[in-house]
Amino acid sequence: MAMLDRTARSLLLAEIIAGLWLTLKYFFKPKVTLNYPYEKGLISPRFRGEHALRRYPNGEERCIACKLCEAICPAQAITIEAEPRTDGSRRTTRYDIDMTKCIYCGFCQEACPVDAIVEGPNFEFATETREELMYDKEKLLTNGDRWESELAAAISADAPYR
Amino acid sequence: MVIQALAFYLFAALAVASGVMVISARNPVHSVLFLILAFFNAAGLFVLIGAEFLAMILIVVYVGAVAVLFLFVVMMLDINFAELREGFLQYLPVGALIGLILAAELILIFGAWIVAPDAEQTLTSPALPLDQVTNTHALGRIIYTDYVYLFQASGLILLIAMIGAIVLTLRHRPGVRRQKIADQVSRRREDVVEVRDVTTGGGA
Amino acid sequence: MVEFWWSYAWPTLWIVIQILFIVVPLLIVVAYLTYAERKVIGLMQLRMGPNVVGPFGLLQPFADALKLMTKELIIPTGANRVVFLLAPMLTFILAMVGWAVIPVAEGWVLSDINVGILYLFAISSLGVYGIIMAGWASNSKYPFLGALRSAAQMVSYEVSIGFVIITVLLAVGSLNLTDIVLAQKDVWFFIPLLPMFIVFVVSALAETNRAPFDLPEAEAELVTGYNVEYSAMAFALFFLGEYANMVLMSGMTVILFLGGWLPPLDIAIFNWVPGIIWFALKVSAILFVFLWVRATLPRYRYDQLMRLGWKVFLPASLLWVVVTAGAIVVFDWYPGVVN
Repeated sequence: MAMLDRTARSLLLAEIIAGLWLTLKYFFKPKVTLNYPYEKGLISPRFRGEHALRRYPNGEERCIACKLCEAICPAQAITIEAEPRTDGSRRTTRYDIDMTKCIYCGFCQEACPVDAIVEGPNFEFATETREELMYDKEKLLTNGDRWESELAAAISADAPYR
Repeated sequence: MVIQALAFYLFAALAVASGVMVISARNPVHSVLFLILAFFNAAGLFVLIGAEFLAMILIVVYVGAVAVLFLFVVMMLDINFAELREGFLQYLPVGALIGLILAAELILIFGAWIVAPDAEQTLTSPALPLDQVTNTHALGRIIYTDYVYLFQASGLILLIAMIGAIVLTLRHRPGVRRQKIADQVSRRREDVVEVRDVTTGGGA
Repeated sequence: MVEFWWSYAWPTLWIVIQILFIVVPLLIVVAYLTYAERKVIGLMQLRMGPNVVGPFGLLQPFADALKLMTKELIIPTGANRVVFLLAPMLTFILAMVGWAVIPVAEGWVLSDINVGILYLFAISSLGVYGIIMAGWASNSKYPFLGALRSAAQMVSYEVSIGFVIITVLLAVGSLNLTDIVLAQKDVWFFIPLLPMFIVFVVSALAETNRAPFDLPEAEAELVTGYNVEYSAMAFALFFLGEYANMVLMSGMTVILFLGGWLPPLDIAIFNWVPGIIWFALKVSAILFVFLWVRATLPRYRYDQLMRLGWKVFLPASLLWVVVTAGAIVVFDWYPGVVN
């Protein structure tokens, strides 16, 4: 009987028809594709995207040139030079990140004692030349100014878990 | 009529030319391709005399199947024609002699051939007038009535040739593991997998 | 001069116009078949398919065509130039000439020849040459392997297609395609000849090198098979030829089994719709099945393919020829067209 059943099933192409029925069901299902440049997926507050150097609300830059980020960077993408400013505070004269070396591990923002270097939510920073990816201090500070509200929101959203 | 004449000369000239190219082309693959062209032109000639069934069968059988196998064999063989031609002149006298003998025999046969007296009449009046039946019907009527035994005999010869080819190439090799698709397909989860509740520390 | 015009020039011109009326819509159909394929498979995989170029991505085929036309044609140094360039042309031309005998509606056919179905069979059996020539002329190993596979595959499945055609011919009694369609006035042949219909559709998949029988272009093993070395318009011609062949095979299926241009029921509302609409609808349905199968089934292994062709389809179709012929003789169902 089982033999007969099997033969009938294979002659009637039962398995192929079941497969076709499945794909037909999926044909009419609502699609999950996002229309990317116009629609975007949700981003976690811990998302590690483009780097930025933040400032205090009074406009003073946070970075104190402790070079912890430079030391911990596994890809050695960060280069920092520092000397005392005229008011005696220790500040960087040079803060470069080679974005082509960076592996977006987020160690720099973990190491930073003053939340100065952070990785923001921006991931759309493709450029046409390689040189544009060698970020300097000015570029990083501009990023910080541009993304400050999102960066602050992301840090405060993640704060309870730290 | 002019167009038909033009078509005839076109097909005929191409058939002859590609026939010449078959034996003169240096590359054997080109030879086979020219052979296919010759078949095509022959089919065109068949169409011109109103034998479209034969034309199509010629293309289906010879071009569609036989020539593909030719092409297969020729493409896969690595023939060095310069090497083959080396002994050409050496064998020329023997070849020419055999050719002459064959030609003489053919002349003798055709000279002694007596054509049946009513053959000319049979040739000019086919079994049924062609304007009443298609040539497919006419061919079928002749092959399956008057010549049915010959037709069956030719089928048998082909069958024997096929069996012969299979017998020559078939080897039973012991110890070959073959896939049994039916067994694989009919395998069911319940027959081969057993879920057991193993107590902690109680396993062997 | 006037006589020359009416007896030679005008008939020639008229045939050219008719050919254009077949080929131009056919090329548009082929272009949109590529679009439909991407869209259907996309939808079945929960994606959107092309939707950026034009509304719903409808201009995508033209963007693709433009891209392929402006690319550079590369001929490999080791290639046999003449055969290399001849192969894509042959594939494309063979896919087009088959349409000369396809009746798309009552009397709408370029050439209503006596042996129409044999002509179609001959044309489809020639399709293998484009591929085998391309594979050989490329002088490269992947194309050659792809061409060999494809040739073996097409020759194998042609045999069962031949038997399927013979079964239909037994039921019709004529080789003329219009007669074949008209013989299905009462019942379409896919009902009495259902097993043959399935064998034919599967063989058509194999004959056109479509999934699950797309071994000649198995990306995973042969890169893409016979067309690896081709680029630009030569590649596009292969592509057009392949898709035009799909349309041709669907047309053959519709004529042999689905009643050609005949409406599904002989009632007034259906009869008001012109025959070509019915024909187009049926061809589209078969083409959808082609795409649907591609989205569903995984690729066959080569030995399984050969086994299916020679050990399953060939005996099955041969048996069904005998059964059909026997039934016709025993029940005296000789088809009407006897003379």
